[in-house]
Amino acid sequence: MSGKYKQVAYYPGCALEGTGHAYNRSTRELGKALGLDVVELKNWNCCGAMEVKNVDPKLQTYLSARNLSIAEAMGFDTVMAPCNGCYHNLKKAEYDLSHDAASREVTGRLSRKAGHKTYEAGKVTTIHALDWIKDAIGEDGLRARVKNSLNGLKVANYYGCMYTRPRHIFPEKDKGPGSESTSKPHFMDDLLAAAGAENVEFPLKTACCGGAHTLSDSDTSTKLVLNILTTAEACGADVIATECPTCHTGLEMHQVRAEKVLGRKTSIKILYFTQLLGMALGLSARKVGVQENLSDSSDLLRARGLG
Amino acid sequence: MVPAGMKDFDEIGARIDAILVASNGALAAAAAAHADELLSLGEAILEAWVAARGEAPTDIKVEGFRLLALQRQGAHGEPSFNACRETCRELVYHHNLVRIDAAHADVGRRLRLGAMVARHLMLFVGGKLEVAGLGEFCCSAKPLRLQEARAQTTETV
Repeated sequence: MSGKYKQVAYYPGCALEGTGHAYNRSTRELGKALGLDVVELKNWNCCGAMEVKNVDPKLQTYLSARNLSIAEAMGFDTVMAPCNGCYHNLKKAEYDLSHDAASREVTGRLSRKAGHKTYEAGKVTTIHALDWIKDAIGEDGLRARVKNSLNGLKVANYYGCMYTRPRHIFPEKDKGPGSESTSKPHFMDDLLAAAGAENVEFPLKTACCGGAHTLSDSDTSTKLVLNILTTAEACGADVIATECPTCHTGLEMHQVRAEKVLGRKTSIKILYFTQLLGMALGLSARKVGVQENLSDSSDLLRARGLG
Repeated sequence: MVPAGMKDFDEIGARIDAILVASNGALAAAAAAHADELLSLGEAILEAWVAARGEAPTDIKVEGFRLLALQRQGAHGEPSFNACRETCRELVYHHNLVRIDAAHADVGRRLRLGAMVARHLMLFVGGKLEVAGLGEFCCSAKPLRLQEARAQTTETV
């Protein structure tokens, strides 16, 4: 263990208190099992997700800046966000505050009005849960701790479209060996392989799942998700591993809807990477919240001796 | 929805489905041609998007592929369209994979995966075209009604 990220500020975001609760639970349990501490931001607010961005992008920058300001006030220089939407928005705020005077002006004005210190770019680094495990523990560290290998489990790693996009807000990526790739991300693949999983070649790992269509045009979302599910099955995967609560919920919901509305049944299971790693470390399925998933993977996990 | 002279999305979907259900033998017998067809179907999908925005689809190539140039053109001023950038690159990858070794034992599977990638592109662009007449839906992009949002920016907050 490198000692890096031994203790980080934790920004779960709204989704992890709702539909993504299993991700929250499994992230915390995984951290505990690995000896890593997460300290939740006090009185955090919504990152603005897509709604605020659509109405007022600078207000959204402020919302994320406030969360970063809380992390700084709590004495942290790193905040970990497991949700792709939150992660993206914190990174985008960091970028905007570095490059856009108008964003700085609005954030400063709203911070003064709200009565807290104005966040200045560069004070806090935002990382994803994947960065956290990869940098704090690494593949070798993980391999050494595996009690229940994922050996034989074929996994399609699905990152979604917000983990790497737009590229300019992720200056640490695409820096060669050891860094994450925006065109072909691999951190989740690396970690799950270290836990024994067999990653399949999956061409839609960063494809759009139609998440934002869900309410306005559900059929499009269902078709996009169905294509992701059938492609993963065609690649030979037993499981799709996810690292975003919105993607995860979308895959699960539209898997059910595809069967109901389009009459297309798929049997692939959907699990958070934190659940898979947790079970590889010997945690029970219940401990990592598998029972909270919509996708029932109990048969598969039993057959593999997991959980 | 699709401008005259261009392949209709139903027609494109039918061609993709034909590759998906073809036998390994049939795919292997004309592997290079199928790979080229998938690439041109991808181009037709992007042409529809570009043309619907009132622009002439480009004929230039990026990294040797018109598909990538069209994707770049389609994303100009429309950052959410970059959600299909890697899908296009995957389509190019699968095209190259088949073209570099059209006699490979796994060529049928490679073509089918390429067809699934092409289908994803079609669904993505189809959704984009359908929602709000070229409107914005992507959560990772510039805001809906950007101009209005700018006009109203935080003055009201």
